[in-house]
Amino acid sequence: MMPLLSAIVFFPLLGVLLIVGMAREGEEGDRLARQISLWTTLVVFGFSLYAWYLFDPAKHGFQLAENAAWLGGTIRYRMGVDGISLPFVILTAFLMPLCILASWESIEKRVKEYMIAFLILETLMIGVFTALDLVVFYLFFEGGLIPMFLIIGIWGGPRRVYATFKFFLYTLLGSVLMLVAIMAMYVTAGTTDVAALMAYHFPREMQNWLFLAFLASFAVKLPMWPVHTWLPDAHVEAPTAGSVILAGVLLKMGGYGFLRFSLPMFPDASLMFAPMMFTLSVVAIIYASLVALAQEDIKKLIAYSSVAHMGFVTMGLFALNRQGVDGAVVQMISHGFISAALFLCVGVIYDRMHTREIKAYGGLVQRMPIYAAVFMVFTLGNVGLPGTTGFIGEFLSLVGVFQVNTWVAIFATTGIILSAGYALWLYGRVMFGALDKASLQQIPDLGFREVVVMAPLVAATLYFGLYPKPIFELTGTAVEETLTGIKSKLANTAAAETPTRTAATP
Amino acid sequence: MTDAQLLFDATSFAPELTLAIGAMLLLLVGVFSGDRFSETISWASVALIGLTAFFIVTGGAGRVLAFNGGMVADPFGRFMKLTVLAGSALALLMSLEFLRAEKLARFEYPLLVTLATLGMLIMVSANDLIVLYLGLELQSLALYVLAAFARDTVRSSEAGLKYFVLGALSSGMLLYGASLIYGFTGSTNFDAIASTIAASGMSVGLIIGLVFLLAGLAFKISAVPFHMWAPDVYEGSPTPVTAFFAGAPKIAAMALFLRVVFGPFAGAQHQWFQIIALISVASMILGAVAAIGQSNIKRLMAYSSIGHMGYALIGFAAASPAGVQGVLVYLVIYLATIVGTFVVIMMMRRNGQAIEDIAELSGLSERDPTSAYLLAILMFSLIGIPPLAGFWGKWFVFLAAIDAKLYWLAVVGFVTSVVGAYYYLNIVRLMFFEAPAQPFEKPLGTVNAALLAGTTAFVLLFVVAPAPLADAALTAAQSLFK
Repeated sequence: MMPLLSAIVFFPLLGVLLIVGMAREGEEGDRLARQISLWTTLVVFGFSLYAWYLFDPAKHGFQLAENAAWLGGTIRYRMGVDGISLPFVILTAFLMPLCILASWESIEKRVKEYMIAFLILETLMIGVFTALDLVVFYLFFEGGLIPMFLIIGIWGGPRRVYATFKFFLYTLLGSVLMLVAIMAMYVTAGTTDVAALMAYHFPREMQNWLFLAFLASFAVKLPMWPVHTWLPDAHVEAPTAGSVILAGVLLKMGGYGFLRFSLPMFPDASLMFAPMMFTLSVVAIIYASLVALAQEDIKKLIAYSSVAHMGFVTMGLFALNRQGVDGAVVQMISHGFISAALFLCVGVIYDRMHTREIKAYGGLVQRMPIYAAVFMVFTLGNVGLPGTTGFIGEFLSLVGVFQVNTWVAIFATTGIILSAGYALWLYGRVMFGALDKASLQQIPDLGFREVVVMAPLVAATLYFGLYPKPIFELTGTAVEETLTGIKSKLANTAAAETPTRTAATP
Repeated sequence: MTDAQLLFDATSFAPELTLAIGAMLLLLVGVFSGDRFSETISWASVALIGLTAFFIVTGGAGRVLAFNGGMVADPFGRFMKLTVLAGSALALLMSLEFLRAEKLARFEYPLLVTLATLGMLIMVSANDLIVLYLGLELQSLALYVLAAFARDTVRSSEAGLKYFVLGALSSGMLLYGASLIYGFTGSTNFDAIASTIAASGMSVGLIIGLVFLLAGLAFKISAVPFHMWAPDVYEGSPTPVTAFFAGAPKIAAMALFLRVVFGPFAGAQHQWFQIIALISVASMILGAVAAIGQSNIKRLMAYSSIGHMGYALIGFAAASPAGVQGVLVYLVIYLATIVGTFVVIMMMRRNGQAIEDIAELSGLSERDPTSAYLLAILMFSLIGIPPLAGFWGKWFVFLAAIDAKLYWLAVVGFVTSVVGAYYYLNIVRLMFFEAPAQPFEKPLGTVNAALLAGTTAFVLLFVVAPAPLADAALTAAQSLFK
């Protein structure tokens, strides 16, 4: 059988070679580079759908697995997907062509390099979700810093240098601590095979350290309060497609990391640190929502709303029950559609007016009805209105956490109210009111290309919002299996500790 | 000594003899023909180094003692010798263009490099304190002259003098340490010293001798606190000489360091561990912090190399075959990265003069995108971002440290590597995010373009097959632990 996952992961590099190898310069070269990237990403998306078709959601364990000798010893090139990782592979492959299309006209300088950076980034992102060896995972996880550093730094806004340095150094500091933990796991367990490590039970004391080291990395990536400050800067300065990828995929790596590594590999530590994670999540939800209310810059507002939404993800995950984890996964996928789309929406008016100040807009609905409708769908999705994917994710994570800790659920719910506040207020200020600003009088509505970019996202948000069953079918077995694994490990710990306790109390 | 024994000794060290005789022949050619043939002699030296490497590859395997146990040929030595030879050959090749442009193309240059290389090979093979000193001095004296090779410029002469005075001081310390060791063990032979220590432990005098010996060696690899010479010498020497200094001599000194620490003093691990851990941490921190303020790219590379020696020393501290394997892999990868980087640094010329301000790299990505991207890859590799080769150097070294339960050392190492990331990123920033400065005089020549492309390809593609180098390094490392 063809190694399908490797084909998905490395196909974009073929596009890179084509772009590097073509001898065309100037306008023609740029056009060709755009087309090559679009077709490459579309083919990758097709491959990912084919993987979905081949994937049997009822089967346990990892599928489409690949295993080849690589570093020597027990560190091997292992790939595979299960119900948790496959949705993220498809999400990434789905967003990439949209990113290329969204950059079609707005990127004018160094087009070839831009497309190459995005294609390399796609390889690294999909690799993160398909890697089944910790070392291979780490390569993809941290390798993504290089193209993102260049994307923000070269094609970003005025403060791009500050933003991209902050992004790079923050993420790197988190990642190296995780690398120490990976090495310690390898030395202790003798393997970096993810499946084997899920079955391996680390000593309690060690779990705490490993958990904190992984937390350092994933908390920055997700991002969790208080290490979120790189995100608004990076989002504001990044080009539109960069923001889309950042919000749509890169943030998910943190949540995915928690679910794939932290929870099943360090369950005792996860249980112990759950109150801390709940607290940080709730602070993130409420604080980031309040900060979002005060923003003057549309992108910054959406960036802070991302921080709040990611708070629901960590909250749901650490509830450690079916509803919570399901909710977190759906919330991540939903956020992948909605925040990506919101950044695309900001990109649309930024391309026309070259400003992201809320004050510069007003009354757009009169000149741009289609745009207003599209923006409305995603605003409501951002609020978590029933009928959009946002509702499913937030509701389920709240249900999950309610069973564990009522107070956390209550505080988190206020976040939903606040999100309605900032999102609707933003919509009102930009879309409604009098169209009295001179600069806006001639602003055109969405063009054909922009409609093509938005339509799949609108469809996905509404379709999965009304009928989320395909997602649950895909993720169900894997989530169940992960939770069972965690429960049995926790039971082992409890069983190991009970005799000592009874012995101590006569 | 019988004739048969002498013949055996000579064949065991055929590579060294080849290099010595070849260098002397080339010296004759150079003296009689003058500077007209300096480039021919450069190429001939490269060929000679290639021949030496050929003899090493085809030579016997296993561990062979020769010259009354004074020299040793083992897998570790062979690995390090090949690395040193590669470093010297690459340094010769990359300097051709620069020397021509600077009108420094004199026939002494390749010969001094070759003689220094001969010294390095002897250092790597040393199994006796006297041979150690002989090799070290043969290498150092050639290097002092090389540092002052641009004899008409004040800076180069200053660099040569500084290097000579400080180098002599360190040699003195090393000799003093060696004399104490001889006094307290009764032998200069490494194996004899090892058995004495195994039998009767470390006496105070021996510890003092060890400290002086290690201080002398730490000077040669420019580890903190014996690093002060490096920035000045790097800055003042002609750039090709700096490139050479950053590579082969460091590797040879590291090899010698490893031999001393895991050979005669394997039983004194408790004593040297503290010293090595201290200079490792100090080098990492200084290398990361002090480079941030540098605007001269050669000084910056000097501090960078101090930091990288600190990372490599972590592998020493782990004191296991895996740790030594890490050091070896680290050095090979570092060598490749440094060669590529210095090729670009040598391209920085305008109005017939070399320029060294990092600001001159501004906007290189628009003036010369290929070089800019290749240099960026090398910079990311120096930070240690996967999947580039620099990450693998760190991987093996830090993994050994974790295996030896030296968590704090690994954490310090990683945190300093994040701090150090700043100045490498700064170079990327200048090249990619800033407006273009004046263009350089001319693009890379054929040889240097090939070197840059080759080293970058190595750095980029190492991830595809890391196993061969890692396995070779492990075999070499294991031979050090008999």
